Amino acid sequence: MTATLTQLIPLTPPANPQLQDIRTQAAAYLQEETIPTNKNEEWRFTNLAPLLAQTFAAPNQQLPPVNINGLVIPEAPDSRLVFVNGIYAAEYSSIANLPAGVFVGNLAAATDAGLTVTNYLGKQPGGEEVFTAINTAGINDAAVVWLTKDSSYESPIQLLFIATVDDAAVAIQPRTLIVMEAGSSATLVQEYLHTSIPNHPYFSNSVTEIWLGDTAMLNHTRIQDEDITAIHIGKTAVSQSQHSSYTGNSIDLGSKLSRHNWEIFQIGAQTETNLNGLAMVNGEQESDTHSVIALTKPHGVTNQLHKCIVDDRAHAIFNGKVFVPQAAQQTNAGQLNRNLLLSPTARIDTKPQLEITADNVKCSHGATVSQLEDDEIFYLQSRGLDVETAKILLINAFAVEIIDRIPVASVREKLAVAVKAFKAS
Amino acid sequence: MINPNSPVILSIENLTANVDDTQILNGLNLEIKAGEIHAIMGPNGSGKSTLSKVLAGHPAYTVTGGKVTYKGENLFDLEPQDRARSGVFLAFQYPLEIPGVSNLDFLRVAYNSRQKHLGLEELDVFDFDELVQAKLDIVKMNPAFLSRSVNEGFSGGEKKRNEILQMAILQPSLAILDETDSGLDIDALKIVANGVNQLSNKDNSMLVITHYQRLLDYIIPDFVHVMANGQILTSGGKELALELEAKGYDWVTEPQPVG
Ligand SMILES: Nc1ncnc2c1ncn2[C@@H]1O[C@H](COP(=O)(O)OP(=O)(O)OP(=O)(O)O)[C@@H](O)[C@H]1O
Ligand SMILES: [Mg+2]
Repeated sequence: MTATLTQLIPLTPPANPQLQDIRTQAAAYLQEETIPTNKNEEWRFTNLAPLLAQTFAAPNQQLPPVNINGLVIPEAPDSRLVFVNGIYAAEYSSIANLPAGVFVGNLAAATDAGLTVTNYLGKQPGGEEVFTAINTAGINDAAVVWLTKDSSYESPIQLLFIATVDDAAVAIQPRTLIVMEAGSSATLVQEYLHTSIPNHPYFSNSVTEIWLGDTAMLNHTRIQDEDITAIHIGKTAVSQSQHSSYTGNSIDLGSKLSRHNWEIFQIGAQTETNLNGLAMVNGEQESDTHSVIALTKPHGVTNQLHKCIVDDRAHAIFNGKVFVPQAAQQTNAGQLNRNLLLSPTARIDTKPQLEITADNVKCSHGATVSQLEDDEIFYLQSRGLDVETAKILLINAFAVEIIDRIPVASVREKLAVAVKAFKAS
Repeated sequence: MINPNSPVILSIENLTANVDDTQILNGLNLEIKAGEIHAIMGPNGSGKSTLSKVLAGHPAYTVTGGKVTYKGENLFDLEPQDRARSGVFLAFQYPLEIPGVSNLDFLRVAYNSRQKHLGLEELDVFDFDELVQAKLDIVKMNPAFLSRSVNEGFSGGEKKRNEILQMAILQPSLAILDETDSGLDIDALKIVANGVNQLSNKDNSMLVITHYQRLLDYIIPDFVHVMANGQILTSGGKELALELEAKGYDWVTEPQPVG
């Protein structure tokens, strides 16, 4: 293992001895690994040099004070879990009034509640990947959401991961485990935000594992809005049992370099997956989404719409794999990647990748790249809108198709503000 | 209505304009006073839409000569949005579809841009909604069209009505209607013409581009101009339109024998 990797792993023993096994396994895997370069097909377009150019320390284990006003979503007054720099922040969380069958808390509380977290934590396929392994090798705590059989929770559950750093660049490694037992349903809003003074770099290496039992339903909104100098690498791995439904809304706004590995395993038949993605980048930002939907059983349905808005010299990358093996007959898979380029120096690399061996399936995919049309801007100008307002309206029109799919009003409103603030050149 | 003492709203002198280095307008002259309705007729490709877009400030067109004065100001000193805010309105021959932008939001932003420009009160969502509801009646438009994206999936006729709804909300001083009648069924034609008439008053003026006398049965012009080859060749009263309908354009556009 290279020195760069070692420095990312905290050396303190795990708070929970049950974690030692998965830590050891991950550390063993990392022995043979290095940070991938562009020679690795999975990282062809994404430049990890900024990660290697910096050193990151493990964050101080003392909880730093933060101001969470303005970050909490009003729809989730009793279902908010807050981590600051990867450390559970009980005083900012609100989980006291949850009904029976709905657990939201950290790892220690989950173990205390008798939940068998070790059956699920670190058990998702795809763990053999450098950044996931780095997270696991140093794992100390996790945000846990667990709904028991047939329980459902109406309000959204907010998982707030806040970074707050001073002069020392730290590596924060947020971890989330979601277990939805058979027949349960929930709405999740997972946010990676920062409260520190802008332009203080850090590295956030997040891992989320989601398990959906038979007929379970999850609507999962993930928002990455880290500091503009931060590096965020995130994994979301979802396993779906039969008849379950997963809808993911992934929004990438922040970070100078971000990567989201979004991996869905349809392990049961008649499973539904909806992936909605929006990456909005400008300046020198680079944002990469790699999604994988692996079907294994018949009658799976997947819909994916991924949109990128790229301005200035920013760079967006989309790679969307859909695997439809022989066993996954009667699959209905649709994938569309649409990109809006706002500047001649902005860049898009897109690669829809459908691998279909089943013969009786309905699959479609496509990618488009467009620009703001002069005629559209003129039409709006001719009604009295200045060019900037016209551009904002058109950019919003492009983004709103994804934003409108988020089932939480305050989140949609917050994103509408972010779109307005996203300056058109 | 013609009132010789009315102020001049628009004065075009010897206007020439290019698109992609091709000259389309070849020295065009026209004067419109407040309260007047002018109709422009002319064969396909004669430059009618070009004129309307040049006046609205479309970036694809380059003005190469001449002078256009709007309410005493050089029109070409104004950006397209400032022309709109100070009362120039073009109802497009082919209104654009703008997916994702709600018609209602669009109308409100447009209305408020103009209000702000005029130093008048901007309206919030609720007050604006009230205003729009009242205006819908002018074009007999179903309120359901407000929550749809601007013109997206609208039929040809619905798009034209939407243009007139915008006109009703923006209350322009100079409305240029580019073939607003094309694509309208007979009932819609009456409704739209009726709407335009309701909006017409002694202080504003209209430039109505059309191919058909039919529209001019409802919107009665004070002047009719025949355009060909990027110029106004002949002007007359409303009877000129009837004459054109009967005889076609040849008798106007054919080169006249000298002497
Ligand atoms: N980009 C261009 N390059 C060259 N010629 C052009 C271009 N755009 C338009 N034209 C020409 O300009 C001329 C005038 O077009 P315009 O649309 O103004 O005509 P019009 O009088 O409105 O016709 P219609 O009655 O069919 O609407 C046409 O001959 C058209 O082909
Ligand atoms: Mg025309």
